[in-house]
Amino acid sequence: MAAVESYPDDLKYHEEHDWARIEGDEAVLGITWFAADALGELVHFEPPQAGATITKDSSYGEVESVKAVSDVIAPLSGEVLEVNQKVVDAPETVNLDPYGDGWLIRIRMSNASETDALLDVSAYKTVLADQ
Amino acid sequence: MKLIYEKSQAGRRASVIPRPEGLPAADVPEELRRAEPPRLPEVPEFELVRHFTELSTRNFGIDNGFYPLGSCTMKYNPRVNERLVMLPGFAQLHPHQEEDGAQGALELEWRLQEILMEVTGLDAVSLQPAAGSQGELTGLMLVRAYFEDQGESEQRRKVVIPDTAHGTNPASVTMAGYELTPVRTDARGNIDVEDLRGKVDEHTAALMLTNPSTLGLFDENIEEIKEIFHGAGALMYYDGANLNAVCGISRPGDMGFDIVHINLHKTFSQPHGGGGPGGGPIAVRKILEPYLPVPAVVHKEDGTFALDYARPKSIGKVRGFTGPFGVFVRSYAYIRMYGPLLREMSETAVLNANYVLARLKDAYDLPFDRLCMHEFVLSARSLKRDHGATALDVAKRLMDYGFHPPTVYFPLIVPEALMIEPTETETKETLDAFCDAMLAIAQEAADDVTLLKEAPHDRPVRRLDEVRAAKNPVVKYGFEPAPVA
Repeated sequence: MAAVESYPDDLKYHEEHDWARIEGDEAVLGITWFAADALGELVHFEPPQAGATITKDSSYGEVESVKAVSDVIAPLSGEVLEVNQKVVDAPETVNLDPYGDGWLIRIRMSNASETDALLDVSAYKTVLADQ
Repeated sequence: MKLIYEKSQAGRRASVIPRPEGLPAADVPEELRRAEPPRLPEVPEFELVRHFTELSTRNFGIDNGFYPLGSCTMKYNPRVNERLVMLPGFAQLHPHQEEDGAQGALELEWRLQEILMEVTGLDAVSLQPAAGSQGELTGLMLVRAYFEDQGESEQRRKVVIPDTAHGTNPASVTMAGYELTPVRTDARGNIDVEDLRGKVDEHTAALMLTNPSTLGLFDENIEEIKEIFHGAGALMYYDGANLNAVCGISRPGDMGFDIVHINLHKTFSQPHGGGGPGGGPIAVRKILEPYLPVPAVVHKEDGTFALDYARPKSIGKVRGFTGPFGVFVRSYAYIRMYGPLLREMSETAVLNANYVLARLKDAYDLPFDRLCMHEFVLSARSLKRDHGATALDVAKRLMDYGFHPPTVYFPLIVPEALMIEPTETETKETLDAFCDAMLAIAQEAADDVTLLKEAPHDRPVRRLDEVRAAKNPVVKYGFEPAPVA
């Protein structure tokens, strides 16, 4: 069963439907319920390599469903510390639990001030209302 | 339904040929002989005929009914095409036939080239590419060959593509070794010219554009776009996927495009969609002619037709011989059946699309409310929000009404997209029946959404598990291990 629509208050959001959970100088990244629902059940996640550098607003990986292949846009810049192997092995984890077990990567931020440009939950919900 | 292998019984044969007596064994070297016979299904002839006849009833093609699959131009394929392609001089022609024994075939190819030059407004044609995607790659190889000659191939590394493009465009760019520069669509469904201006410079090799776009909209700023690219010294590539909208009305060459591929199987009625052969000829401006694939089909001064390999700057061959010949015969026949009225083909396609659009636009969302060309894109966004019925549910329910579903979830910039292309070959009664079905489905979504959610109801198979098919495809028959001899 896919998760019920939700957007946790404690996350930062990017208008390309990505979220970030800030933990000190690290951040955990994933895609929102809206993105997972629009794509449908995921069948593949093409992750970056651990150690790779990702850049805010640029693609760091791909998610694929039976409808489409979609770039995953980085909400923040940094170095990839860890890839969620559970999602690589079972991509539908993202549909089941987009903010928990369905996280995609963990990074060390290279520019913590970038978090200021991200959206809070109410601003992201305004973005969704325009979709 | 059982597979043909599951009907197989050892020793059964479709025909029994008398065993020859006294013939010497075939002179085949031992190492080339099979160790064991091939595993073919063993069935009598009538079982074979029944099996494939039953299979054919599970199919849905343009001969079964309306097939408004957006972007695919599923028009009716006239039977006269098949009659002509089966003429012995065409059907039994060997690709290695000497030129003097294949003059009729060469003349047909040359005449088709001439027609495609006129339709596209360009100066030279190669029929060789076997599909639109191969035409794209061939076109980009021409771009590279041209800029190598200009000494600019290191400098010009980028190809600009709008976010509405067919997925083959970015794939071709990557395969050709170029870098992708995506450009946005504006609120009217045109390329966002302001976004474009900031992205085109001396590093740009080319634009790839489908016009009308996959939204079924003709780009209103095409003149301005032409100035931007030609001003930057870049080339323009026209993806001819939607050429069915403009034949005899406007020409890509006049819009500033330097290279065009033509999907013969779409615009000019080659049966396609089941993996059948396609045809993706490219037409180019004079400056690019030296780089076209060889051989070129030429009309010599003595009136004969020949294959010309003497093109030292050619990128080489992209396919065997001169291309998919049967497709050329069918396309030539289709074009000649219209003759000077070819424009009516496109006018009727556009009229049909606008008629269907006008009947459906109040029941579905219309993201870009303009006159459309030969196709249009609706959205099931409100149906999803209000009733939980998605574009996929609408498409599946249409099957119960006897129609092939439209393209769904493309282009990607429209949520819950339904992309509808009726083509020129349908009657008003058929278009009305389709519109009635679409309107009925929108009402069903409000009244009883499970009708949509559980559709199709009366087809040979129900809703398929697409995720499982994508993750665990079973694409070959699972034989038992071979018996030990």
